[in-house]
Amino acid sequence: MPINIKDLPKEKFVLPGDAACPGCPENMGLRFVGMALGSKAILVIPAGCTSIIQGLAPGSGLKFPILNVPFASSDSVAAGLSSAKKILGEDAVVVVWAGDGGTADIGFATLSGAAERNDDLIHICVDNEAYMNTGIQRSSQTPPGAWTTTTWLGKRERKKDLPLIMLMHRIPYVATASVAYPLDFIEKLRKASAIKGFKYIHLHAPCPVGWRFDPAYTVAVAKLAVETGMWILFEAEGGKVSISPPSKPYADKNRRKPIKEYIAMQGRFRNVTQELLTELEKQVDDNWSTLLKLAT
Amino acid sequence: MALKTLTGNYAVATAVKLARVNVISAYPITPQTTIVEKLAEMVELGELKADMIRVESEHSALAAVYGAASGGARAFTATSSHGLLYMHEMLWWVAGSRIPVVMAVVTRTIGPPWNIWTDHSDVMDQRDTGWLITFTENNQETLDETIKLFRITEDERVFLPGIVTLDAFILSHTTEPVDVPDQSLVDAFLPPRKQPYVFRAGEPIIMGNIPKDLKWNMMMREDIDKAMERAKKVIEEADLLWGKLVGRRYGGLTECYRCEDAKHFIIGVGAWVGDMREAVDYLREKLGLRVGLIKIRYFRPFPREDIVKWLNNAMSAVVFDRSVSPSAGGPIFVEVLASLASAGVRTPVRGVIAGLAGVDVTPEDIANAVLTSVSEAEELGTFKQSVLWFYGGE
Repeated sequence: MPINIKDLPKEKFVLPGDAACPGCPENMGLRFVGMALGSKAILVIPAGCTSIIQGLAPGSGLKFPILNVPFASSDSVAAGLSSAKKILGEDAVVVVWAGDGGTADIGFATLSGAAERNDDLIHICVDNEAYMNTGIQRSSQTPPGAWTTTTWLGKRERKKDLPLIMLMHRIPYVATASVAYPLDFIEKLRKASAIKGFKYIHLHAPCPVGWRFDPAYTVAVAKLAVETGMWILFEAEGGKVSISPPSKPYADKNRRKPIKEYIAMQGRFRNVTQELLTELEKQVDDNWSTLLKLAT
Repeated sequence: MALKTLTGNYAVATAVKLARVNVISAYPITPQTTIVEKLAEMVELGELKADMIRVESEHSALAAVYGAASGGARAFTATSSHGLLYMHEMLWWVAGSRIPVVMAVVTRTIGPPWNIWTDHSDVMDQRDTGWLITFTENNQETLDETIKLFRITEDERVFLPGIVTLDAFILSHTTEPVDVPDQSLVDAFLPPRKQPYVFRAGEPIIMGNIPKDLKWNMMMREDIDKAMERAKKVIEEADLLWGKLVGRRYGGLTECYRCEDAKHFIIGVGAWVGDMREAVDYLREKLGLRVGLIKIRYFRPFPREDIVKWLNNAMSAVVFDRSVSPSAGGPIFVEVLASLASAGVRTPVRGVIAGLAGVDVTPEDIANAVLTSVSEAEELGTFKQSVLWFYGGE
């Protein structure tokens, strides 16, 4: 059901004075989680940028119950918490809020285990495409060509397609989202919270510090990722894939903006060659073709 | 009450059921497996109303138990050896969060090489984490101590997690008669769960974010240290109350066997304490030596006061360790020495490292090792070599 921005709750869950960098997409994402789930949410957060963003104990800039946990434990902690709430008869939406490292790399075994067991929780992967909190090191989610502090000449490997890997876990709900499309994200969160079992949402989150762009352009970069087809918004309910409205036009290759525009905005791609650009275009075509096959 | 024949592992599972645990999570590892299998059966037959989270690793097992316990549930896990080592990070996190949970550790050798037999290296590796650690001698004590540990860990003076250990196969897979208390007795013994805080929707609390003042962080560690000290009294109270209800007392942190007039002491933990009792009987009855045995029931909190009390005027002590900290000696030996030194007691102490990797040590072996040490101590008043590697069988 489409959501109207006027109907969203006014209660704020991200309070002024937290420790996020200017233009931080995670802060935006957390605000949307608050709008979507309100006080029903309990957050489980492994190490990452949000460890910092939430502020210094005993204070906090986030008005959620938050259980901070070690990297490789988040989905299991959330599974236990969710089980306790069920047994004690309490209402709650248990949400794992993890970065791309905490999801796709060091956290992957735990994520996959909880998904296979269909534990009742929502896992949100806040994907800023590198280990930003430790100082911009490459992850399995870093795209080819991107500079990081462990890939000075640009990463050579392809981005691991986590949403599709999660889809193949045959869980009840998988979606991608972007901080540039809050209503789409909020709608997906609400839908997920009404479904029992394991729900996975992969949130694209451009990081001004790590991607080397002006913090004023977080939304612009995120939007371009969708418009160039570099990031595709879709959801899969009960395994049934559908392209989400903001991405629909870009199923048609001719309507996509040139990837060059997206890349030109980001310092991390400054060394990208024409050859690599062609390869990126090929990968975008590939990703679209796989998804469109699944969507039919 | 009903006398049943139970393996150590089934004694643990029975205790967990009697404690009305809400959430169980575990990953199988030999020799812990039959605990989890039994509990899974109880849950599936509806004998135990609990949720069983069948996780993909031990790290996740303790993580799930931690999550459940943070949400207000009474939770349990069990593991051994490499499983415990894989959990290590989470052990710190649970204790640091002051969330009471109970874990059974079926002590097993750490590889390489692969070896499923008992030694205590796995659990000793956890000694600095802030968990209570109790060693049990037989299946009855395993059952009793598992139940007690729920009460002790959930006491507001403690609020720390706890480990009950049982030796691989010697207890875990050996059947013994075990008196299983009635549910009503356990209910009378075990109050509803208490914990410092509970995670609930709509109640914004935060656990584990970065401290503004580093001193608070240090104070959290100090508070664990203090809670561990306070646990000593809580353990004694639990022993007393359990004794009243079921008629079995073990002593608090230690039990001293034939110590009244003893001049020489054996110190040990776990299943081979039974062999040590036989060794003491032999040395006293056949050789007329005044030997006593200090069984350390709780390694954490460490029974410093008891050790000092018993060894204050002793001629010698021999500490048997089933694990070793290379170049430092066995951990029990080191802590006995530290306890005595800090109290100004100069009783000569020898550390015997034995039974590692499941090497069998018989009552005769123990008696021989003690006899050699006693002669040396009586002759020289000291030990020429304080740490001995002992393989027995000679």
